[in-house]
Amino acid sequence: MILKRPSFWLILILSGIFIYLPLRGQNVPLREDLVLVAVAIILSSNLNLMIGYTGYVNFGHIVFYGLGGYIGLYLTTVRGWNLVVAAFAAGVGVSFLALLFGLGILRLRGAYFALATIGVLEAVQAFVMNFNPWGRSTGMYLSFQSYQSWGGAMRALWIDYYLIIGVMAASLVLSLGIKISKFGLGLFAIRENEDAAAVLGVNTTVYKAIVYSVSAFLPAMAGAFMFFKNGMIDPFVAFEFMLSLEGIVMLMLGGQGSVTGAALGAGMYEWLRSYLLTSPKLSDFQLVIAGGLLLVVVLFAPGGLIGWVYRLVPRSRGVIE
Amino acid sequence: MTPLLEVKNVSKRFGGLLAVSDVSFTLNQGEILGLIGPNGAGKTTLFNVVNGVYKSDGGSIRFEGHDIAGELPHRVVHLGLARTHQIVQPLNEMTVEDNVTVGACFGREYLGLGAARAVAREVLEQVGMGTRGKLLARSLTIAGKKRLEVARALAAKPKLLLLDEVLAGLNPTEIAQMIELVRTIRDRGVSVFMIEHLMQAVMNLSDRIVVLNFGQKLAEGRPEEVARDPQVIEAYLGDPNIAEKLTDRN
Repeated sequence: MILKRPSFWLILILSGIFIYLPLRGQNVPLREDLVLVAVAIILSSNLNLMIGYTGYVNFGHIVFYGLGGYIGLYLTTVRGWNLVVAAFAAGVGVSFLALLFGLGILRLRGAYFALATIGVLEAVQAFVMNFNPWGRSTGMYLSFQSYQSWGGAMRALWIDYYLIIGVMAASLVLSLGIKISKFGLGLFAIRENEDAAAVLGVNTTVYKAIVYSVSAFLPAMAGAFMFFKNGMIDPFVAFEFMLSLEGIVMLMLGGQGSVTGAALGAGMYEWLRSYLLTSPKLSDFQLVIAGGLLLVVVLFAPGGLIGWVYRLVPRSRGVIE
Repeated sequence: MTPLLEVKNVSKRFGGLLAVSDVSFTLNQGEILGLIGPNGAGKTTLFNVVNGVYKSDGGSIRFEGHDIAGELPHRVVHLGLARTHQIVQPLNEMTVEDNVTVGACFGREYLGLGAARAVAREVLEQVGMGTRGKLLARSLTIAGKKRLEVARALAAKPKLLLLDEVLAGLNPTEIAQMIELVRTIRDRGVSVFMIEHLMQAVMNLSDRIVVLNFGQKLAEGRPEEVARDPQVIEAYLGDPNIAEKLTDRN
């Protein structure tokens, strides 16, 4: 069972650290740094379910996050829903949409699937830019009323932070839970050889559609919480293709297919990005370095950091999940 | 005897090429049925039609009374019909044990993970790979990968096993071991339908043999009968005395 896995307890400890560190001395700048790391971990872990577990490269993963943000902001501001309920509804709604998209585009393989995921992202963005209830290209703003019900903006932002850490913990537990389950074994079989998996009895169509839909749920919730925190949303920040690419870089850097790898990659990349963004000499250089990094990883260490550790110490395969 | 598999008037067309043309045969419970014929005769295509990788163009395929023509491959496995591939298809970056566990998890009994692992270890022991479970499948030799194919199919607990050239590329010792294994499998109650080019093996193992040529069934019968059939000799065997040469040794 999952409770017997050391990784499960490590996830809880990591989440505990994320909660404790900024709380000590009400350190808001640290909280704002950590929330970016948490969102990066959420995105790369859920992307890992598609890329690392199933072998399907999703270039449009950020669409789940953006749609979740829109649904969350719409439900809290326009409809006056409770934030947690709104975020949950965003997760369910986006997962359902993903299931529909998935049944359509998961017939494609390899590069064609990857292209189709970019198509989904562009199509959703174009739709939202012309969707009146969501403010078309100008987007939506959060009404300050929404903060009041949480006892003011200050308190609301802290609570929102804890909710995001909760989503991060849930993402890691989900990744671990799938990895050690029969469902995960079926996904790995699809990744290694989809035709062989089908001949061995894996219902590949259903498995792929389910994992695509599941990989949408927590990013959508994270989107709802993040855009609640930001207080505004528009189609350009919500569906930023660059963020999708950065998610892939994080995952490749840490090691696709590994729970630890997805989290480590996200942490390392966020650290590097914040260093580059704040460094006066390199501030416009961040994406160039991200691209170069991806190239180096793909060419010389296709398994990422964790793959490299696995190669160095083969016995670690069974230990680091 | 009750037929386990009943194939009637099955055809498969790829554009202008009729790869399998109006083929009918039955396979009985507990039988080893051989399938031989020249390269390109449509043997593997016939396998692919039977287990659902290709959809047949006309005809019926009945397995234990169920019509499985047009069923998807994963459904066919659940009904109890597993297969191996001529060109081995290991799940490379997974361990040997995980490969076989996939077979057990998603096979006829659709086991949970824990029970499937136990079955996987048992089957690996049975095919003589008990010590190699923790290796990555990619690191196996070709003989090992062929065994892995058989182990994965066996782990599905099939009633009928389709073996596609499991002897090709093996050395004489490995061939002898594999023949022994096929016999053991049959003795445990699994029927076998095998494509094989190695005449000595197929003549000695099979209860009956079906011969394909250019997609059509050329002959069907006991190994000695088939080997003496003038049409089969002309199309495939080339040697009128092959039956004596191959069966005398036993």
